[in-house]
Amino acid sequence: MMNTIEKHTTGITAGLQEGSSVKDSEEQHPEETVGKPLIDSPKMSIRNVDVSYSDKQAIYNVNLDVGKHEVIAMIGPSGCGKSTFLRCLNRMNDTIDSCKVSGLITLDDEDIYASDMDPVALRAKVGIVFQKPNPFPKSIYDNVAYGPRLHGLAATRAEIDEIVEVSLTRAGLWNEVKDRLDQPGTGFSGGQQQRLCIARAIAISPEVILMDEPCSALDPIASAKIEELIAELSQNYTIAIVTHSMQQAARVSNRTAYFHLGHLVEVNDTEKVFTAPTHQLTEAYITGRIG
Amino acid sequence: MINLTAASREQRIRLGLKKRHRAERQFKFYGALAIVFGLACVFLLFGDIVSKGHKAFQLTYINLEVTYDQDILGVNDPTDARQVSLGNFHGAIKAGLKNRFPEATGRKNKRELYSLVSNGAGYNLRDRLIENPVLLGKTIKIWVIADDDVDTYYKSIGESDGPFTGRTSEQKEGWLKELIKAGDIEKRFNFNFFTEGDSREPELAGIRGAAMGSFYTLIITILLAFPLGVAAAVYLEEFAPRNRWTGFIEVNINNLAAVPSIIFGLLGLAVFINFFHVPRSVPLVGGLVLTLMTLPTIIISSRAAIKSVPPSIREAAIGVGASPMQVVLHHVLPLAMPGMLTGAIIGMARALGETAPLLMIGMVAFIVDIPSGFHDPSTALPVQIFLWADSPERAFVEKTSAAIMVLLAFLIVMNTFAVVLRKRLERRW
Repeated sequence: MMNTIEKHTTGITAGLQEGSSVKDSEEQHPEETVGKPLIDSPKMSIRNVDVSYSDKQAIYNVNLDVGKHEVIAMIGPSGCGKSTFLRCLNRMNDTIDSCKVSGLITLDDEDIYASDMDPVALRAKVGIVFQKPNPFPKSIYDNVAYGPRLHGLAATRAEIDEIVEVSLTRAGLWNEVKDRLDQPGTGFSGGQQQRLCIARAIAISPEVILMDEPCSALDPIASAKIEELIAELSQNYTIAIVTHSMQQAARVSNRTAYFHLGHLVEVNDTEKVFTAPTHQLTEAYITGRIG
Repeated sequence: MINLTAASREQRIRLGLKKRHRAERQFKFYGALAIVFGLACVFLLFGDIVSKGHKAFQLTYINLEVTYDQDILGVNDPTDARQVSLGNFHGAIKAGLKNRFPEATGRKNKRELYSLVSNGAGYNLRDRLIENPVLLGKTIKIWVIADDDVDTYYKSIGESDGPFTGRTSEQKEGWLKELIKAGDIEKRFNFNFFTEGDSREPELAGIRGAAMGSFYTLIITILLAFPLGVAAAVYLEEFAPRNRWTGFIEVNINNLAAVPSIIFGLLGLAVFINFFHVPRSVPLVGGLVLTLMTLPTIIISSRAAIKSVPPSIREAAIGVGASPMQVVLHHVLPLAMPGMLTGAIIGMARALGETAPLLMIGMVAFIVDIPSGFHDPSTALPVQIFLWADSPERAFVEKTSAAIMVLLAFLIVMNTFAVVLRKRLERRW
């Protein structure tokens, strides 16, 4: 077998753990992640993260690195905790009282759950796009300009205008909406709304963009546009995307992480995950036996 | 499992369908019946009030030849305000009446004659003289306000059981018939009702004082209750931790909303008047008491409005890095505003119709002057209704109904405003 199964230590600054110890394949019990969850000089790294809602644990001991300007897809059956995990990366779970996160998550080697880390500042660096398009009931312009205004990124009206134009252009929406920037963002089609939400997210120039099933509410054509967009955005941004569609993961991502019942089962280059999955659970999911 | 042929299966379903359709028709019928009953009650109520109250919008006037006689008036310089204000204008009207009906002699007869016109009839005469001083010494034909008994008699002519003569002697009726024949008595629109304060004389009593009292009271109430209620609702809904204390507060707010309003009146009396020495009977203390009463309602409706803001909007704002306060100010409040305003206006409408707590803090006094601020003693519309309903004069019956009409008009206007506001501010997401 070509696969190396990494057993990683749980050091805080654990970078790359080379030198693998091959284990035999009684892997039904997914305690350790197979594949290569850890990489060199990651943008974000996640170590020993457990998440629980009141008494129910949703995520068990996840270790993962997200590389700079890579697209990492998270797949898995419903309820496997992939969305919960994604929302830990910019502390969206803070708003849920019963949600407890333990372990270490760093962005550029900075602990994002540290007491001196302001979640507002964090979210200016780690943007998020949600499952359901949720533009504000304001004009398109105000939707996109909202973030930059909040964070004081633009001093003059002209600068905001520029940010709005650049963001909408990057989101592939400029040509469609440039004549009706003052119309409410809620009056557009689902796909346009979702691209507007992406424009809103990139308007604050984040370093990482989290996407929580961004295409699940969209038709295939709109989904295809979003996927193209993700490919383009990956040149400038680090993207972590949760998706239900394996085809989508295969098309857009560099690496794929497979979650199962709160455990991170396997992480590998996307091609490898879909052509030669190491773990039998991954294989079962890919081939459609669980899902 | 029972074995059924296709035909008998079909039959069973058809039988069942018939039954279901009948049940459905009955269900709809009961619903429609309930609505018809409700509407009938409303029409009955409104019909009764309007049929009695519309008369109060007219007032009976008597056409009289009156001389601005210097000797009777005691006025020789009509530009001297003091002299004019002391002038015996009512005497001039009495003289006019004597001229019109010279047959009335003797004290009793004369008193009977003089009671044809209102005690306040002289004011009209005086105002004419102030406007036009050259009238002094001249004789003019003028319409003067009739007494309330005359008013009642004249308005009840043509009723099925004849005119109301309970307080009209035969002699007086004779004079009135003469006036009617001569066309010297008529009904005119009752401007006084909208421009005057309360009075012991029904023909002089107006709603203005009570309306202004209600207005000032409600201003205080909305200025205090709305910001306090919204602030409390926002804190409880968005910032307060969920624990036993907030649960306790929530239960108490819900209980307060159900406390009888007179209790709030007692509280106001004990706290605001006896402890803080706010003057009694003034709109300020009325507004404070009604604030206490409306606050729970506003908090509850505001919380409901805040709860109905979709979480996706909140998430979107948090996702681009809005702080909790910015989420509230930029997104939650604007989206919840229509609901909160509707709740506030409905609470205000309830406060406008509230009588019991105002009785406790002395806003039930007989006050003639129209209040000109938050510190002037006044009554309120519902209290005025209560006062008039309590008065023995028959003419106050129609005044009571008319005051109810005015109050209802205010309530309808406020509720319509609430609906329009909600429609206009409502946004879709």
